[in-house]
Amino acid sequence: MARTEQQSNDRFAGRWFWRFASPAQFYPVAGMIEKICWGLALVLAAVGLYIGFFRAPTDATQGEVYRVIYIHVPAAWMAMIVYLAMAFWCAIGLAFGTRLSFMMSHALAPTGAIMAAVALWTGALWGRPTWGTYWVWDARLTSTLILLFLYIGYIALAAAFDDKKKGDRASALIALVGAVNVPIIYFSVQWWNTLHQGASVRPGSSSMATVMLTAMMIMTFAFWAYCVAVAMNRVRTQIIERERGAQWLGSGKGIKP
Amino acid sequence: MTLKQKRLVLIVGAVLLLSAATALVLFALRDNLAFFYTPTQVKANEAPQGRTFRVGGLVEAGSVKRTGLDVSFRVTDTSQIVPVTYTGILPDLFKEGKGVVAQGTLGTDGVFRAKEVLAKHDENYMPPEAQSAIDKAKQAQERSYKTLK
Repeated sequence: MARTEQQSNDRFAGRWFWRFASPAQFYPVAGMIEKICWGLALVLAAVGLYIGFFRAPTDATQGEVYRVIYIHVPAAWMAMIVYLAMAFWCAIGLAFGTRLSFMMSHALAPTGAIMAAVALWTGALWGRPTWGTYWVWDARLTSTLILLFLYIGYIALAAAFDDKKKGDRASALIALVGAVNVPIIYFSVQWWNTLHQGASVRPGSSSMATVMLTAMMIMTFAFWAYCVAVAMNRVRTQIIERERGAQWLGSGKGIKP
Repeated sequence: MTLKQKRLVLIVGAVLLLSAATALVLFALRDNLAFFYTPTQVKANEAPQGRTFRVGGLVEAGSVKRTGLDVSFRVTDTSQIVPVTYTGILPDLFKEGKGVVAQGTLGTDGVFRAKEVLAKHDENYMPPEAQSAIDKAKQAQERSYKTLK
């Protein structure tokens, strides 16, 4: 028998954070997070792009073309991080059967796919003038393309089921199985010889000039904030769509945009 | 154990098993996933014979000779050397002492005939002034080594 919102809130009353596993409780919180993150994303992107394009020096080897790094690297990092976040919510959803966790993973998937596509696209545009080719089948590039396919597969499979709960569970398996690809992407440039260069930034060290690194990290935080903002926006839509008819939503008229 | 805990253990176990399986597959594939062969591997006959493959390393300093569009240079991994010939336009970042990946076939004469040459750049990003300071420091170091000899 389905529990009412009140009952499940009572059950979790002892642990405050569980309350936010309830869509009704999380809906306004998500709206708040979305607003803050939009603000952060816009400010950080403006600062990051300004430093990256106007303050950071030209690169000794590559000239100006290296500046695509300020989009390429944050997008590639977010593509991997968002996938891990998606897989995490899927695992939680499978284990605990919480409704909100599947909504979170569905909210994250399109953003992750866009990040992977942006990373591949900017990478191709960067590769042509530096390496001499748009695309090669080396381990780093191929595993990133697989990441994009995993995102698309996840979204497609979830949408293929009329029964949303079945779709949740089936697509969660793709998310979990595909998670092994993320460390492969990350370590590919260490494990195998590739055309793609090694990591410039590792925990505790970097091989970039300080101004360049600063701009890239600010852009990374901007991308991070953007991903959270759009995911929160999408999760709110998911909540309204899936909780249709729930008591707290009512006719939906009381929902603030 | 509750049902939820059981499910959690099952999921974690499945992910661990899957990771182990992937690790084994990748370990078995480790040579095939390499984008290029190093000159050492080529000399040890580890590269495919009579078939197209890629050789990668550094363009040996002072080895580049151009006549029109014909280029010859040597690829080194600092222990072995493979001579390469190529006809065509080289990427902008192709430079002596820098990374290169050439695709083609190895002749019986030991010369690698490249159909495609790609530049491989490193992960260092710095302003030109920093680069020239490093170059100068290197030259000074080499000079002092020579005096010591």
